[in-house]
Order: sequence, then C-alpha cells, then structure tokens
Amino acid sequence: MSNRVVITGIGWVTPLGHDIESVWAKLLASECGIGPTTHFDATTYPTQFSAEVRDFDYRDFVTRPEAHEGVGTNTSFALGAAVQAWRSAGLDRFDALDHDRLGIYLGSGEGSLDFDHYVASHLGGWDTEKRRVDGAKWANVALKELSAVHEIEQEPNMPLSHLAMEFDAFGPAYNCLTACAASTQAIGEATEILRRGDADVMIAGGAHTMIHALGVTGFNRLTALSTRNDDPKTASRPFSHTRDGFVLGEGAGMLILETLDHANARGAKVLAEVVGYGSSADAYRITDIHPDGRGAVASMRQAMSAAGVGPKDIDYISAHGTGTKENDSTETRAVKAVFGEHAGQTPISSIKSMIGHLIAAAGAVELITCVLAIRDGKLPPTINLQTPDPECDLDYVPNQSRDAKVDVALSNSFGFGGQNDTLIIRRPDR
Amino acid sequence: MSRRVVITGLGPVSGLGMGVDANWQRVLAGEGAIGRVRAFDPSGFACQLCAEVEDFNVKDFVPKSYRKATKVMARDIGLAVAAADLAARDAGLVTRGNADNGEATSYDPTRMGAHIGAGLIVAEIDELTAALAEATDDQGRFDYHKWGSEGQGHLTPLWLLKYLPNMLACHVTIIHDTQGPSNTITCGEASAMLSMGESMRVIQRGAADLCFCGGVESKINPTAFLRKHMTGQLNTDNNETPDKAVRPFCQTAAGGVIGEGGGIAILESLETYEARQARQPGSGRVYAEVLGFGASQSVNAAKRNLEPDPEGRSIASAIRAALREAQIDPSAIDLIIPFGAGVPAGDQAEAAALRTVFGDGLAKTPARSIKPLVGTCNAGAGGLDVFVAAKTLFEQTIPPAVNCEQPLDGVDAATAESRKAKLNHALVYSVGVGGQNAALVLKKAG
Repeated sequence: MSNRVVITGIGWVTPLGHDIESVWAKLLASECGIGPTTHFDATTYPTQFSAEVRDFDYRDFVTRPEAHEGVGTNTSFALGAAVQAWRSAGLDRFDALDHDRLGIYLGSGEGSLDFDHYVASHLGGWDTEKRRVDGAKWANVALKELSAVHEIEQEPNMPLSHLAMEFDAFGPAYNCLTACAASTQAIGEATEILRRGDADVMIAGGAHTMIHALGVTGFNRLTALSTRNDDPKTASRPFSHTRDGFVLGEGAGMLILETLDHANARGAKVLAEVVGYGSSADAYRITDIHPDGRGAVASMRQAMSAAGVGPKDIDYISAHGTGTKENDSTETRAVKAVFGEHAGQTPISSIKSMIGHLIAAAGAVELITCVLAIRDGKLPPTINLQTPDPECDLDYVPNQSRDAKVDVALSNSFGFGGQNDTLIIRRPDR
Repeated sequence: MSRRVVITGLGPVSGLGMGVDANWQRVLAGEGAIGRVRAFDPSGFACQLCAEVEDFNVKDFVPKSYRKATKVMARDIGLAVAAADLAARDAGLVTRGNADNGEATSYDPTRMGAHIGAGLIVAEIDELTAALAEATDDQGRFDYHKWGSEGQGHLTPLWLLKYLPNMLACHVTIIHDTQGPSNTITCGEASAMLSMGESMRVIQRGAADLCFCGGVESKINPTAFLRKHMTGQLNTDNNETPDKAVRPFCQTAAGGVIGEGGGIAILESLETYEARQARQPGSGRVYAEVLGFGASQSVNAAKRNLEPDPEGRSIASAIRAALREAQIDPSAIDLIIPFGAGVPAGDQAEAAALRTVFGDGLAKTPARSIKPLVGTCNAGAGGLDVFVAAKTLFEQTIPPAVNCEQPLDGVDAATAESRKAKLNHALVYSVGVGGQNAALVLKKAG
C-alpha cells in the first residue's frame, strides 16, 4: 500500500515579490510584474521587456551563507524559496527529522552565462580568416577571464547541491530539466518517491532565469516572445485573440512534500494532498505541439485516473497558458477533449499573464497558486484578456480574480520538445 | 507486488566504438581510447587528453525521413540518438525509427517511456562566435546594441533547440514514437544511473512497460573542457602517456580524463518482454534483471560538493538502499562496477564507502572501473557502466583491472586480466560532481 503524500510548506521568489502572502495578494489584485529588461542592455532586441525579480538577496534567507558565496541566480532563487517553504512547514522548529530520509527533486535550469567575460573569451580566440575559434588562444583568454565558481554554477544540478548543503539533505536527490515542464515533473516524481517510501520528506520545485543576453536571443530567434515593446504590462495575454508570444519571467517555487503519516506524526499543518500525476511525450516534432494536444490529453487523463477524479470533480485548472498562438489554442482543445461538457464550466487561468513564464520554475509557482486557491477560495485571474479568441472559448477567469470553492485543482505544464506533465491536488482531510 | 524489470537491450557509445560488440571486445582486451584531444587545439590546457568518439555521423543512425532534423542536434543529442538506435535494435524492437514500410512497432507507443540523462550542452563555439563577431565595434569590442539589432540574426532560428538538455530524449521519442513518461535528469555524472532508476520505478508502478534509459554527454569542446579543469579533477601529469592517465583506486591516481558518449539501455517489464518473445521468438534476450536501486546525496560543504565527504557516507547509503531492495547481503555481490574515475578524493571516498558496506568481504569482490579506457563520460558515464555490468553477467566474464599497481586499502582493483567466473549479482554505482549518487544491483538472467 503506497503512502499518501501531502504539501506542508510553500515558498517562492517571483517578479511580484519574495513571500507567499504579498505575492498572492498582488496576483488576486491583477498586478503585473512585467517591465523593461534591466539585467542586460536589451534596448535593441526584438523583445526589450521581461518580468524580473527585484530587490532579492538570498543572504536574507539562508543560515549557512559561507557555503553559498558567489552562487548563480538560479541557486539564489532556489535558496530563497526553499527556506520559505522549510519555515512554512515548521521544519526549522522540528529537531527529530531523519536527514537521511530528506530528499530533493528539482526542475531547475542551466545557469546564466558570465556573458561579458564569455564573449571576450570567444572574440579573443576568434580567427577572422579561418572563421573559427583557435582553442589555444581561447584558453589563454578564458583562463584569465572566467571564474571557477561562476562556471561550475552553470551546471543545472547546482541549485540542488546548494539546497542539500543548506538543509543537510542526504536522501534521494535529482534535478530534471524538461524545459517548461521541469518543476511540475519534479514535484510529480518527488511524490512518487514518497509514495514508495524511499524518503519521508522531499523538497521539490524549480528555479530558473533565462533573462540574460543569450536566453532572450534564443527565444527571440524562435519568435516565441511577445514583441509588444510599447506596452510591456499588457504584453502577456494568454488566450487573447491578440496574443503574440510569451514574456520571460524568472524566479523559483519550492514545496515541502511529505508522507501523510510523517506530517501527522510531527503535527504538521497539511496544506493540500497530491493525488494525481501524469507525464507523457508528444513524440511529434521538436518545434511544434501535436495539433490535437495528444500528449497534453494523455498527461491530464493519467493524472485524473491516478487521482480517481472525473472532469466534474475538478474546480480549477492552472493553465500552462503561455500566450503563444499555438499553446493556448492547443491547450484549450486538449482541455475540451478531456473535460467534455464540463470544459466550459471549469475555470482555467494563467498567472503567466502577470509574472511571465518562469520556464523550468513555472510549474512549481503555479502549483503553489493552486494550494492558495484551495486555502482561500479565490481564483487568480488571466489578465489582459479583452479580446477573446474564437478558438479559446473557456472560462479563463478574465482580468479579475474571483471567489470560488476549490476542493480539487489541476495544474498543467508543457515543454518544448513535447514534454507534458500534470499534477492534481486536493483539499486536505479535516 | 511491483513488476520485475529486466535489461533487454544495450546501446553503448564511447571512444571504444559504437554498440555492444565494439565496446565489449575492447573492454575485455583492456584497449583504451584516451589520447590527445583532436576536436580542438588543447595546447592551452593543462590536461590535453580525452576519449573521443571517432568518425561519428548521426545520419547513420536515423531514418531517411529524419535526416534533416540532424541539423539541430548538438553532438550530445546525436550521440544519444545513435545510442538509442543501437539499443532498440539490440533489443529486437521494431520502432517507428527502424521499421520497414508499414511494420507495426513491437510496443504500444503510449506505454514506452524515455529517461535520458544529459549534461549542460554548450553552444557550438564557432557558430556562436561567428555571430558575436558580427556585433563588434571599430575596436573589435562587443556591442550589445549591434547584437540585439543584427548580430543575433546570424544564428539559425532554431539555435536554442540544439542546446536544450531535454532534446536528447525528445528526438529519441519522436524518432521511435514513444509517448509514455519522458524525463531528462541533469545531475552530472550520476545522471544516467538516476535515469535508469527512474525508468525502473516508472515500469514498476505500471506507468510504462518499457523505456529507453541511460545518458549521454560530450564535454569535448573548449568551454566544457575549461569548466572541468576548474573542478581540479583532471589529470595533468600524463599528457605523454595517455593509456596510463586514469588509475582508479590506485594510490598514485592523479585525476580523471574526459570521455564522450555513454549508454542507453532498454529496460522492460519481464512480462512485457515475455509477451513480446511469444509474438516474435528469438528477438533479443535478457541481459540481466534489475533487482534494486538506491539514490542519495553527499554533502561536503567545505568542498562545495565538488567531491563527496571523505567517508563516502551517502555513497554507502545509496548502495545499501539498492541492496535492501534487492533483498541480498553485500556478500552476495560478485562484482562491483564502481564509478572509479581516478580522481583521488573521489576514489578514496568510494573506497571508504565500499569498506563500510562490504567489510572484510570487499577484498574478495572484484571492482573493475572502465574509466582508464573510456574516460569519464559525465552524464553518460553510468550508461556505459551499466552496459559493462549487464554484459559481464551475461557473459560470465570479469573485465580486466587496468592501471592499478598499488590499490587503496581493501579494494580488489589491482591490475588483472579478464577472466571467466560464476557471477550472480553485480553492483554498479555513480558518484556525481554536485553530490548525487545512484546505485543499481543487477542479477544474472534466468
């Protein structure tokens, strides 16, 4: 008999702030965290705006700063969010934790390049005539320009490694990087680890920024980003007829998951139960989503089957809802395929309209909003939805938050390359 | 009662060659692939060695209809596509990628998954720099404004997709049509074995019947090479004697060497395999059964987790978890395929962990690292190690021990020829930079 798994702690670092309650209040108030990009000079880029995290310093959160000196942005976000989650679960006041049974499963991204020095190294090694980089020349410059701490921080398992140092987590430890689905998948797999009994407590979530010179370049080349430079605050408009791409955000979302037995034994307050997880691959194209949303349908159905719930039982869907033409119409079709006649009556919203797309970290932050929706009976809106798209005709909670009793919530994340993951959480037992 | 999981196909790719036979023959002969870097001029680096895959053309491993897509494959992706193709053929699987016209796949696509560990993929340096060079001012300095307005336009529109780590698995799922759970674990050197463990769990819990799993990586490019140098773990003494460079568990060990490649295996539920055999007799075989898996995290804050704690405390706990699930005592292990990269701190921590788990029995349990031959293939390393462990059980042959004249206390790793032996159980494990550990216990088929 497998263990029941519950959420007992939550924490996040987002473009709207770095604590649960103030950010949640802003989301419910339809506030938008998008503005001109300041992390680098993007003033001639096709996209010149993003949703940046501001005024954040991980040193305000950690207890072992010496272990984290010089960490990269992803790790700093991960630490800030995880410490919040740890405290919210009361684990900072719990001495009897078996740290061999404390695991971590993150979906965190690759680090941000030390761009100026990196470019200087590349140009320093460039042989204009042969049109190639001379390895020896490159090494001479790069060995002087680049710092070991920063370069090693590029590896995507570094946020995980630093959380392990911060919390003395010796249990099962993973980082997955399935593009925009990563942290949803991480939470799903962490749940499975707890179900099997391979750990008592898991820290799960993700951290990511791609708001850097090459990250924005990569997405601009793919023409995936909104270019509404004249009005950034309305640029992220999921499900709107006038949507023109997504807006990059950054940050982290972290949850404390534990077996129900473990939570009960230590008297922890349970915020929600994780009851369903589904994961699939489109196996279609690296550039496009399967037109029927085949993989999205499969992952939602798997999660609902695992949870033992049907369409009428789900009170709220946190959409992947990126604001690209393709995603939002395909996701809508997939939801209709799965929910049938209940599709129109099930509210579905995208907070990416307010904080942008946190890429690998998006799913964890969005699942936290589902936890809060259950707790407070409030649904966050999809803002900037003034012009409906005939292909997107569901109830997207347009523009204003709404009161609603939420017992069961479903959260979708879909990634480039056809990665689909779905989680379902439920109001805890009394 | 969870389902039994077996290894039915192997696709190793390394400096030794492509596929089971090429790799196994050279492993048995103790023939290494380490030499001076050819992919770029390494003379600016203190370590100038690596184990490169030679004469590789990814087009040999994809169906004609998919050749165009090879343009958006970084080398890591291409090598993974090759490894998956080899593994599927080795398992006797008919896939969308290898089927003759109209032939049905030998599995329900929604019931096959893919868990392929990957590393951080570095942008191809000549391609990127050619574009950067278009965005310089009169003094040759980089100009953000020129980059934003015109320089970046010199990159191909799909540029980003060449470098997303999940593209290894995505291309594999598209080529072969596998729509089940798919994941990309990025935990340094532990990536491949953590991925295999996840496939095992997915199959055990019934979320899929079979999976591609393992890992592949190439760090043979200047940027990744530099980053590996910065960990201080590469051998800088043996540039003139490459065959002697990697000396696992030897008191004279002086660092590791980067290899490229890895391995993808087919993990399959025993019942699915048997049903497939009943339909298609003679396709494939069971190499080994996967009896147990364990994962853990080492914490060594003083070294920022670049090396495990000296006692190998968490390495031992991963091994013990795998043994516990396998329901066998350490004494039942007949062979260890360790991580053994020849990095002194890592080897010593592993040796300490093995002493803790095996006690006096360790001295009677051969430990055979193939890193002197193939180097450390980073995210792919565990894929190759599991290949060796499974093939060893299948062939009942212990591979040679290479380059260990003075073994660390208690470890049976002293230089030795390959030999036949009765082998029931093998332990194989990975230890990653960043602290993640994974261990598998395999049992001889039948």
